[in-house]
Amino acid sequence: MKKNGAQILVESLKKEGVDVIFGFPGGAVLPLYDVLYDEPIRHILVRHEQGAVHMADGYARATGRPGVVLVTSGPGATNTVTGIATAYMDSIPLVVLTGQVPTALIGNDAFQEADIVGITRPCTKHNYLVKDVKDLPRIIKEAFYIATTGRPGPVLVDIPKDVLSSAPDDYRHPDKAHLDSYQPTYKGHPGQIKKAVDFILSSKRPVVYAGGGVVLSNAADELKAFSTKLNLPTTTTLMGLGGFPGTHPLFLGMLGMHGTFTANMSVTEADCLIAVGARFDDRVTGKIDEFAPYAGIVHIDIDPTSISKNVKVDIPIVGDVKTVLKDMLKLIPQKSSLSGFKKNTAGWHAQIKRWGATHRLSYKQESNGKLKPQYVIERLYHATKGHAIVTTEVGQNQMWAAQFFKYDRPRTFITSGGLGTMGFGFPAAIGAQVAFPRSTVIGIAGDGSFQMNVQELATAVQYKLPVKIAILNNMMLGMVRQWQEFFYDKRYSHTCVSVAPDFVKLAEAYGAIGLRASKPGEVDGVIKKALAVNDRPVVMDFRVDPFENVYPMVPAGQPLNKMLLV
Amino acid sequence: MRHTISVLVTNEFGVLSRISGLFSGRGFNIESLTVAETLDPKISRMTIVTRGDDKVIEQINKQLNKLVSVIKVHDFTGEAHIERELALVKVSASAADRAEILSIVDIFRAKVVDVSPKSYTIEITGDEEKIGAIVELCRPFGIKEIVRTGRIAMARSPKQK
Ligand SMILES: Cc1cc2nc3c(=O)[nH]c(=O)nc-3n(C[C@H](O)[C@H](O)[C@H](O)COP(=O)(O)OP(=O)(O)OC[C@H]3O[C@@H](n4cnc5c(N)ncnc54)[C@H](O)[C@@H]3O)c2cc1C
Ligand SMILES: Cc1ncc(C[n+]2csc(CCOP(=O)(O)OP(=O)(O)O)c2C)c(N)n1
Repeated sequence: MKKNGAQILVESLKKEGVDVIFGFPGGAVLPLYDVLYDEPIRHILVRHEQGAVHMADGYARATGRPGVVLVTSGPGATNTVTGIATAYMDSIPLVVLTGQVPTALIGNDAFQEADIVGITRPCTKHNYLVKDVKDLPRIIKEAFYIATTGRPGPVLVDIPKDVLSSAPDDYRHPDKAHLDSYQPTYKGHPGQIKKAVDFILSSKRPVVYAGGGVVLSNAADELKAFSTKLNLPTTTTLMGLGGFPGTHPLFLGMLGMHGTFTANMSVTEADCLIAVGARFDDRVTGKIDEFAPYAGIVHIDIDPTSISKNVKVDIPIVGDVKTVLKDMLKLIPQKSSLSGFKKNTAGWHAQIKRWGATHRLSYKQESNGKLKPQYVIERLYHATKGHAIVTTEVGQNQMWAAQFFKYDRPRTFITSGGLGTMGFGFPAAIGAQVAFPRSTVIGIAGDGSFQMNVQELATAVQYKLPVKIAILNNMMLGMVRQWQEFFYDKRYSHTCVSVAPDFVKLAEAYGAIGLRASKPGEVDGVIKKALAVNDRPVVMDFRVDPFENVYPMVPAGQPLNKMLLV
Repeated sequence: MRHTISVLVTNEFGVLSRISGLFSGRGFNIESLTVAETLDPKISRMTIVTRGDDKVIEQINKQLNKLVSVIKVHDFTGEAHIERELALVKVSASAADRAEILSIVDIFRAKVVDVSPKSYTIEITGDEEKIGAIVELCRPFGIKEIVRTGRIAMARSPKQK
């Protein structure tokens, strides 16, 4: 019997090594769901298509492999848009398959028709409308290739229903994608690399500023070798956390708006800034003209558009972080001949130590006082000894998770940095747990964000996924409230969300476990109980101080060294 | 500064909106844009006239290159090249003015392509300046309508080996 488009598509997915699809059915994809009935590939049935995309995204961030989503046309497709934009901003490889109305009806305002290729053009790395079933194997091959190579990103493939149900006489699965117009550069220019190494060795106040590109390139080992060999103080962006060990003596903490005093001062005073897979985001640079004002800047990035977009750099190197760092390491002389460099940078290391001693990250937990959110995170770190995959929602919870948990390994800190999507963290935790069923996966949440995709509790229960959700419940849209406190005269306009469900009962209603701690003394017990559960999700409702703020804070548009401190 | 950029793209569904969407989404401006197939029907050429400082133009070039559908980007600025536009100008032509209009057409090596009792339609190709000049000269007679294409460009061949 001849195979139809749906069967061919599943063949293609298997050839790409896809082991799980996150999806939600509907009319336009019925032919495909009919094939999935025989379970050729695992399918996780979500409760909202946005959840499916964030799950696939969490899966991709945790594993480094592309996440796959399947939804129907029209509303199914439009529900994926926030998830796709989230992945696009953080360069996460996804392949999103959307159903479409039959080819003959396209453009007719047919039932459940939406021009999803048009809608997602600016938030995908590339997208396709499949018009002929014979093109399907090639397009799927290209979609995975584009999503995972160069600067990764989401690719959407829109497939009309008749393409899924028609059976071609012959078709062929290509072995490779051939795209004349798409050839990412992996190897850095040797001359630039040499120039960069010479410049670094001539500096007195060097700092490494590492970003998400280190994680995406799987280059954490190379970065560690590079920084330790030259004894380089190293800071990371939010996206770079875990790309350099969080407990390493050379680690300065995160930089930027909520970065550490040490990291922000070091970058401001540096004479040599080595940007590695980072994109000079405005949350990182603060006032752009005063960012790293004394530094010559080396920038390694695989995407030429990231280079000199916001900040003019002196030594650009277009290439893959891993490949380029390996080449740089080869040029670094033996330890013995580095003594001059060591001597020249000794004063700098002493200065950094002094900054570290004056203002470290801190908060005050009184034993009978209000429960502090930072304390909850420290206890989670203590209880897991850092052996966990942590996802976050957006807001204060996200910043405290970045500051008070230490990430020693890449792909263990999963957060929506670029788009800042509330509702990301919980489904992303589910995706990470699907990828690593036996790892501890903790979703650090705000009460506001958690409610944006809370329906996925049913998904986690259905597949017995023991994700641990720690809600830092301040009954506020905390980060927005903090801005209102600082910059709008404490006029707390529409940021109180105290009308909310009882999260313990809500968890129970879904068949999950609900736990609560309101006092510091109750925290460890709740965490211990939660960590012991291995067959269903757990929601921990931590009733924290509603007026706690995230420090340090660089007010938007200010230079990095103008921090508000505790 | 003004730049004329030639972009080779794969000739596929939606490619024009990928390019125009890139410009509008990133706040780059387009003064004109022309598209047509090349010798190879799978490839089209777009010629885009845009404006921006060096930093903006650098981003435009890089962002265009980054699109999966874009094969090659070439900025003609600062090199010897030929630019052409085409215009159709419908100008009022009373009996008294006809001779003078025809002499302008002649001087500019333009063509009258349609004649009515009250008007001439003139076809003219040339660079922007030339078209601007003939339009100015026709203006006193009364221009009824004018249609212009965007600009196309080609590098000059080297003069010696
Ligand atoms: C409430 C809130 C507060 C925030 N506060 C902060 C803050 O204080 N500090 C902070 O740092 N961030 C903060 N962020 C996050 C911020 O918005 C950006 O998402 C983040 O700074 C970007 O990180 P990045 O520069 O590492 O870039 P990413 O978005 O991770 O981009 C990766 C870069 O690496 C390149 N790349 C990808 N793959 C490779 C490869 N193989 N080889 C080479 N290069 C590669 C890409 O081209 C890109 O330029 C905050 C976000 C939110 C929502
Ligand atoms: C979808 C979405 N809408 C709005 C925002 C703006 N926003 C940023 S942080 C924040 C507050 C988040 O509140 P909560 O989840 O309770 O976390 P907290 O800051 O209290 O830890 C809001 C509304 C956003 N980031 N995402």
